Amino acid sequence: MSAAPAQILTFCIGGETYGIDILCVHEIRGWSPVTRIPNAPPDHAGVLNLRGTIVPVIDMRVRFGVGQAKTAGAVIIVLSLEAARERRELGLVVDSVADVVELAPDAVRAVPRFGARDHDSLLGLVTHGERTVMLLAPTGFQLEERET
Amino acid sequence: MSVDLSRFHDSFFDESLESLATMEATLLRFEAGATGPEAIHTVFRVAHSLKGGAGMFGFDAIVSFTHTLESVLDALRAGRLAVDAPLTDLLLGSVDLLRGMLEATRAGGSIDAQRVADLQFDLELQVARSRGKEPRNGPATVAPDPAPKEPPANAANAAGGDAPDAGSIRVDVGKLDDLLNAVGELVITQTMLAQFARGVAGADERLQRGLLQLERNVRDLQESVMRVRMLPISAVFSRFPRLVRDLAQRCGKQIELRLGGEHTELDKTVLEKIGDPLVHLVRNSIDHGIEPPDVRIARGKSPAGTIRLDASQRGGCIVVEVRDDGGGLDRRRIIERARSRGLIAGEAEPDDTAISELIFSPGFSTAEEATEVSGRGVGMDVVRRNVKALGGSIEVESRAGEGARFTLTLPFTLAIVEGQTVAVGAERYVVPVTSIIESLRLQPGGATRIAGSGSDVITFRGDFLPVLRLHELFGVESANEALHGGLIMVVEGDGRRAGLFVDQVEGQLQAVVKSMEANYRAVDGVSGATITADGNVALILDVPALVRMAGRARRGALA
Repeated sequence: MSAAPAQILTFCIGGETYGIDILCVHEIRGWSPVTRIPNAPPDHAGVLNLRGTIVPVIDMRVRFGVGQAKTAGAVIIVLSLEAARERRELGLVVDSVADVVELAPDAVRAVPRFGARDHDSLLGLVTHGERTVMLLAPTGFQLEERET
Repeated sequence: MSVDLSRFHDSFFDESLESLATMEATLLRFEAGATGPEAIHTVFRVAHSLKGGAGMFGFDAIVSFTHTLESVLDALRAGRLAVDAPLTDLLLGSVDLLRGMLEATRAGGSIDAQRVADLQFDLELQVARSRGKEPRNGPATVAPDPAPKEPPANAANAAGGDAPDAGSIRVDVGKLDDLLNAVGELVITQTMLAQFARGVAGADERLQRGLLQLERNVRDLQESVMRVRMLPISAVFSRFPRLVRDLAQRCGKQIELRLGGEHTELDKTVLEKIGDPLVHLVRNSIDHGIEPPDVRIARGKSPAGTIRLDASQRGGCIVVEVRDDGGGLDRRRIIERARSRGLIAGEAEPDDTAISELIFSPGFSTAEEATEVSGRGVGMDVVRRNVKALGGSIEVESRAGEGARFTLTLPFTLAIVEGQTVAVGAERYVVPVTSIIESLRLQPGGATRIAGSGSDVITFRGDFLPVLRLHELFGVESANEALHGGLIMVVEGDGRRAGLFVDQVEGQLQAVVKSMEANYRAVDGVSGATITADGNVALILDVPALVRMAGRARRGALA
C-alpha cells in the first residue's frame, strides 16, 4: 500500500478535494443515522450496521476541523483496511464523492513540510485538472485505544 | 514439504487429536471391563489410521511408534494378549505420548526421543510376550465388526468437536457467523416489509398472509442457524474420566465417575468457557470431598466414592451439577479458616447458608495453600467470578458426611442476550435481563443527595443503592434531569447493586451479540452491540463495568 495507487476515488470535505486508493474502498452509501459511541473522541461519529457487522464511522469534517458535522446529504465511504491483525471495515463521512481518477506512477508529490498537523494521514498531493487532491494514507486511521 | 500437502496438516492434526480422544475414552472403559472385540477394534482403528495419516505426511517418528502400538493391539485383537491394568496404563501412556508428538510436530518441533524409545520398548516387550503364547481364545474373538454399533458416548475431544461420525462435517465458525449475519439481514428486511405492508391501505390479503408466512420461516431459519452452533456438553465431559482416574490414583482414593446428560447441547461460546470451572469443582471433590477408602469404610460407606456430573436443560438455561458422596463441606474447618482470615467475627456461628457463601468469598483461600490446607474453598471465588462473567450462577448444598452438590446454572449461549431496551434522550441501549432486578419510578424526593458528592442514593428492599445517571456516564443528553421524571432500573453487576437512571423502558428483545472490537475497539460500559429490528445498531450495556465506572466517577468527584 506504500506504492502510489494506480486509481483513486476523490471526494470533497469542506470545500477541499481528497483522494484515497480505490482498492481500499469497499462501498459508497448514502448517509444513514449512526449510533453514538459513549465517551468517544468527537470525530468518531458512531457505529452503523453493515450487513450484520458493526462498523465505526469517522466524521471527516470534524477530524480535519473544517466545520460542523454535516449529516443530511452526506456520503459514507466504507473502507476495508488491512490492519495488523485482520481486515477492518471503517466508514468515512464526507460531503460528496467526486470521481475516479487514474494516476500516472510519478503523479504523487510529497507534502511540503510546514509543521501542519495530521501529516501522517496524508500520502502526498496530486494535481488533477485545476484542483489539488490530498491523497489520504489508508494507514492513517488509528482507532485503537490511544487517547484514553 | 510441498505447500499443497501442508494445507491438509491442520485437518490431520485436528482429526488425529480427536480420534486419540476416542481411543482414550475407550481405554478408560477397559478398566470398567468393557474390553469386547468392538472396543479393541475401535482402539486399533485409531492407531491404524493415525499411522496411515502420519505416513502420508512423512512424520516418521509417529509412523514408527504407531506401528509398534498397532502390533500390540493386533495381539490383543487376536487374543494373544489379555487386557490387564498394566497394559491399560501402557496404552494410556501411548495416547499421551502420541498427543505430545502430534502437538510437537504441529508446532514444528519434536518430542524427547528417549521418552518415545522407552515407551516403544515397553510396547515391544508386550509384542514379544504375545508371540511366546498361543492364542488363548483363538482368533475367533476377532469379530469382523468394522464399526462400533453406536458411537462411544463421550468420544469427543476437548477442542469442542464431536466424535468423528459419518453424519457430521467440520465447518469453520467464521462461515457460521456469516450465515448468522445474513439471516439477521433477512430478519430486518422482513420487518421492513411488514411495516410497509401495514402502511398500505387495503393491501391484498394474500400479501399479508405471505408476509406472515415469511416471518415464521425467517424465525425458523434463525433458530436453525443458532442450533448449528450448539454442541453436546460431552465435548467438555469427555476429559473427566481421565482426570478423575489420574487424580484418584495420585490421592490414593477410589473414585467412580458417572456422567449424565452428555447430549445436552449448548453454544460453542459457553462450551469453551465452562471447562475450567468444572475441572476446578471436580478436583475439589476429589481432593477434599471424597474420603480415603479407610475413612469411608469407618463411616459405613462403600470404599469407592462417586462423583456425578449431570447436565440438563431447564428453561432457557443449562444446569450442570457436580455431586459427590464424600464428607460434605467441613464446617469446623471453614469456620476456623474464616476466623483466621478475619472474614467472620470470633464468636460468630454462621448458619449453613452463610458457610456456603464463605467458601466463595475472595480471600478465603489462596493458591499457595491450596495443596496443603483442607477446607473446600480452593479458589472458589475465582470459579464463581468466571461463572458470573458468563451470566450464570453457582450454588452449593452440603450435608455433613453425605456429600456436597455444586449447581451451575448457565445460559445456552453468549451469542444471544435477552435484553430490555431503555431510552436515554435520543439513544437506545440494551440492558441484559439477567442483570435487571426491578424497575421502579421514584416519587419526588424519593432519592437522597449525599452531601458533598453530587450523587444520590435510593432505598431498595432495605438497602441504600447508588444512582447511576447513564446520561452522565455516557455524556449524552437526557430527557429528564429530575430522578422522578424517568425510571430507576435496579441492576446488579459483580454482586453490587445500583439504580440505573434512564428516561424510559421500552420493549424486550433477543439481541444477537456483535463485537465492537472486530472493527473498532472496546468501549467502557459497553459489552457489545446488536442490530435492532429496524436495522440500527443498539449498544448492549456492561452492567458490572458501569457500576465500576460510577465508583470511579464518584471518587473523582470527591477528590
